[in-house]
Amino acid sequence: MACFIVPTVEAIAVTIARKVGGRKENTANSIKAEGSESSAESETKVPFARKLKWLTNMLWGGSVLLAFEHIWHGEIIPWFPFLTAAGNAENAAEMLREMATVGVSMAVLVTVVWVAMLAITAVLEKRKTPELSAEVKGI
Amino acid sequence: MTLLTTVFAAVICTVIWYKCAPNDNMKVSVLCFMYWGASLMWLVDAIFEYAELRAEFFTPAFEDMINDLYLGLSAVALGLVIWVIVLIAKDPKGVVRAALLKRR
Repeated sequence: MACFIVPTVEAIAVTIARKVGGRKENTANSIKAEGSESSAESETKVPFARKLKWLTNMLWGGSVLLAFEHIWHGEIIPWFPFLTAAGNAENAAEMLREMATVGVSMAVLVTVVWVAMLAITAVLEKRKTPELSAEVKGI
Repeated sequence: MTLLTTVFAAVICTVIWYKCAPNDNMKVSVLCFMYWGASLMWLVDAIFEYAELRAEFFTPAFEDMINDLYLGLSAVALGLVIWVIVLIAKDPKGVVRAALLKRR
């Protein structure tokens, strides 16, 4: 009915967080680079803003394709209230129930998969850093 | 069927991305994330549908299956259109910029 709205809201929130956090991270990185001894380490680490982009891409992509599915099934209309289910109280209650169950589960699953990706990336970064620092030292 | 179509699209895109990695000039990663995101969301939808329909979930009517396949293929096509727009807008190879400057 309108389950895609929950991941869309999450996508908007994460996109804003990425824009704000990205600027701060860039400033911090440029300060670090000026007095950099650990440049090899910073090169192997994926910036958090880029990691957040993985999440926003999944959320936006999924939400857009799901919204398309809802248009296909005639659940989204181009005039107010835009969702056919929002037309009467009974359907609206059903829509809200679906958003709270299916919609929230969708957002949670995508986020859980992203957290798993972060964990894998962290392991790969840890593995790569000692190898690189050894290379830098000429070992 | 929609879930299946998107999963196949996601797997194919991931294989293409892996083959070209670490080079991502064609922004295939955008397609991967988009299809995987949609696949995960449709997976949740399928789980809830299965909880409601049980065994009936695996025996859909032929007409519904065709409609779902058509929807899945259309969703994949929409994903491709979005990817092309992102590719042209970001223009990682500078092709669009070069073509525009050449005309001037």
